[in-house]
Amino acid sequence: MKHDSNLPLEYSTETNEMNILGFWIFLGAEIMLFATLFTTYFVYVDRGVGNGPAGSEIFELTPVMIETILLLTSSFTIGLAVHAMRINRVKAMIGFMIVTLLLGAGFISLEVYEFIHYYHEGATLQTSGFTAILLTTLGTHGAHVTLGLFWGIMIIIQTLRNGLNARTANKSFIFSLYWHFLDVMWIFIFSFIYLKGMM
Amino acid sequence: MDFFDRFSIPPHDDPMLYASIVAIAIVSIAIVVGLTYFKKWGYLWNEWLTTVDHKRIGIMYIISALLMLFRGGADAVMMRLQTAVPDNTFLDAQHYNEVFTTHGVVMIIFMAMAFIIGMMNFVVPLQIGARDVAFPRLNALSFWLYFAGAMLFNLSFVVGGSPDAGWTNYYPLAGTDFSEHVGVNYYNWALQISGIGTLMTGINFIATIMKMRAPGMKLMKMPMFTWSALITNLIIVFAFPVLTIALLMGTFDRQFFTNFFTTSDGGMDMMWANLFWIWGHPEVYILILPAFGIYSQIISTFSQRNLYGYKSMVASMVVISLLSFLVWVHHFFTMGQGAVANSIFSITTMAIAVPTGIKIFNWLLTMWKGKIRFTTPMMYSVAFIPLFTIGGVTGVMLAMASADYQYHNTMFLVAHFHNVIIPGVVFAMIAGLIYYWPKMFGFMLNERIGKWAFWNIVIGFCLAFFPMYITGLNGQARRMYTYSESTGFGPLSMVSFIGALLLAVGFVLIVYNVYYSFRHAPRNVGDDPWNARSLEWATHNPVPEYNFAITPNVNSEEAFWDYKKNGHDLFKGKIEDIHMPNNSGWSIIFAGIFFVFGFCFVFHVWAGVIIAFLGIIGCMIYRSFEKDDGHHIHKEEIEETEKKFGGAK
Ligand code: HEM
Ligand SMILES: [Cu+2]
Repeated sequence: MKHDSNLPLEYSTETNEMNILGFWIFLGAEIMLFATLFTTYFVYVDRGVGNGPAGSEIFELTPVMIETILLLTSSFTIGLAVHAMRINRVKAMIGFMIVTLLLGAGFISLEVYEFIHYYHEGATLQTSGFTAILLTTLGTHGAHVTLGLFWGIMIIIQTLRNGLNARTANKSFIFSLYWHFLDVMWIFIFSFIYLKGMM
Repeated sequence: MDFFDRFSIPPHDDPMLYASIVAIAIVSIAIVVGLTYFKKWGYLWNEWLTTVDHKRIGIMYIISALLMLFRGGADAVMMRLQTAVPDNTFLDAQHYNEVFTTHGVVMIIFMAMAFIIGMMNFVVPLQIGARDVAFPRLNALSFWLYFAGAMLFNLSFVVGGSPDAGWTNYYPLAGTDFSEHVGVNYYNWALQISGIGTLMTGINFIATIMKMRAPGMKLMKMPMFTWSALITNLIIVFAFPVLTIALLMGTFDRQFFTNFFTTSDGGMDMMWANLFWIWGHPEVYILILPAFGIYSQIISTFSQRNLYGYKSMVASMVVISLLSFLVWVHHFFTMGQGAVANSIFSITTMAIAVPTGIKIFNWLLTMWKGKIRFTTPMMYSVAFIPLFTIGGVTGVMLAMASADYQYHNTMFLVAHFHNVIIPGVVFAMIAGLIYYWPKMFGFMLNERIGKWAFWNIVIGFCLAFFPMYITGLNGQARRMYTYSESTGFGPLSMVSFIGALLLAVGFVLIVYNVYYSFRHAPRNVGDDPWNARSLEWATHNPVPEYNFAITPNVNSEEAFWDYKKNGHDLFKGKIEDIHMPNNSGWSIIFAGIFFVFGFCFVFHVWAGVIIAFLGIIGCMIYRSFEKDDGHHIHKEEIEETEKKFGGAK
């Protein structure tokens, strides 16, 4: 199945190339998924508030800022992990992956805190159309990150067990695409939901 | 007892329902007994339920689609029977609501979609000279998720009650205020589960077509059906996530009391209509483009010449796919957007008729310059052209926003979309099935019975649907379970009922034809019974497991024709070991757990939801750790198979 030895390991077989292409297409679908959420959010942000609170009444800058920093940093560290993988430094690669997952876990913890805060402010899923779409959008992103945490652990275990080979390299690379993607989505959330909402 | 009450069948019960429960039970028992008696369990499991072979998955899709055609067809005949005479009491209003809802969902999602995806599964890898799709295991999972969704949906009929808010499922009608029982929960989960399967199919086929074409097959040398499949799958990938989110919101509204589509606390019921049609209109092009692809293959084969205007065929499909995302508002011109929005969407809608018209002319010109052979598949294609054109013209009538106030939600609309979907999609699928039948099973379907079925279906279609244009213009609303004698709709409705019966006879004849041909048709049809042109005909009938013994070398979109007539050297290499994926029971188990998940969710059985969710996670972990490198079919084995077929190709 080997077809070109000049390619990086994660591209080194036909199956690998196919997996990466397939994943890019999947990310295309994910973009549509989030685009639908954003569109709905923009429709509800002013007109769907009902008797509930508006964004500016419940958003808190500090936790959101920290979340953003954590996630952006984790995107950087997963990049480092892939770089380490390319130069065949397995230990460094796994180290960076663990850091990435820890940062991701920190992000999720803060997001949970944020949700509890909303709950106390009286902004629950049931309060209004606006709170429903707000929490659904954040929740969808958060669920993706959570899934990513478990996925990352699987990949670390497999790399530790089998070393770096065409399979594990491929999986790690795809995981990094996923992680960067979640980061990009978060930047949209941060700019168009939080910053715009607090203005 | 409280716990079990939720599974009973509100909001009505009648003898027919119990009769069908008994019928379902008897059929299931008969299947189990039959399999055990003939010792076929092993065969079924090893050869079909665990298969990852695109050809078998395709056939399973098509069988399921035919089953769903009969389920949806039974609904249709019931509706036409109820409305055959004025003031009929065969079905009450609630029952009628459920029947038209399940009819629509079953026909679009579980019949037409499955038929199309089945055709793509069977044909596309053969047309591009590949051994399988890009992700064979994922492909099996797609099928089983679709199947789980279909079964879940059909279960609603006997456990808990069917959805009753129309296939478009508009809120607030579909909310818990107006549709209390679990029917719409079923709608949400059945569509969600099968929708995930469809999305995976989309990803799988784009990767397959982009990466796995035979050497020499440039994009502009792909057979037309493969082109239509590529574009269709692109639309799937961009449209289905919208449905995913819309269904999720609907689920939240109904089961967690949110206010997405309610009319209080900032909810907006029109948001559902918008999201539904942002998915829904591309969906109708997901249905029609593969049908166009099939017609292109058939018309060119039986006109005995190449397809006229290949490039414009491709270009028009690209334009259609883009426009299909820009027209959704035409489904609710009457629901208060204002004149500017309506005008814009009116124009985009009419614009779609242009590329569609180009395709019609290309088919006509293909026939004009060809020598036509009237086989059954060709007869369906020839009937398609004028009938579909009528559907397109009435579509343009509906597209005029101001005029639509007169037509909207009347039987005129019902006539329009059946007029595009039946001659468009259903004829294409039947024609494609007959055309590819020898490729699938190694014998031909009987042409004489096939033509009887054809005439029943065509005449039945015209009688069933043309009267609706007239009653619709006279003001007969759609989705009404009865009407009074003074409306004067009686006689035409009776004609419609007779048409529905003829259609039913036609479909039964098709099934009889399968039985008859299976018993009597000769088995020595050879590899090229239709004198065909594209690459899929360059291998044997029925197709061996590995598709092509030697990977073909292609230099035009009619590779097989070049090979036959122009001495093109299609198979340059020599036979070598072939790598194939392994069968696996993982997909069916995974989808089975999804079914349980959906079922428990419908009924708020949270313990079951959690257990099934853990099962889903478990399956994914298992898959992540699984090592499955496939197996090789050895050279000797291939040579032997090829010898049996009379020489390698
Ligand atoms: C020339 C091309 C077409 C045009 C201009 C067109 C236009 C329209 C318009 C304006 C409506 C909405 C009318 C109303 O609700 O009052 C409509 C409904 C519909 N059309 Fe078409 N159409 C075209 C082709 C198709 C095709 C090819 C299909 C399917 C294969 C299709 C399937 C449907 C369906 C399923 C509905 C409505 C279903 C419902 O409300 O339940 N149409 N069409
Ligand atoms: Cu439409």
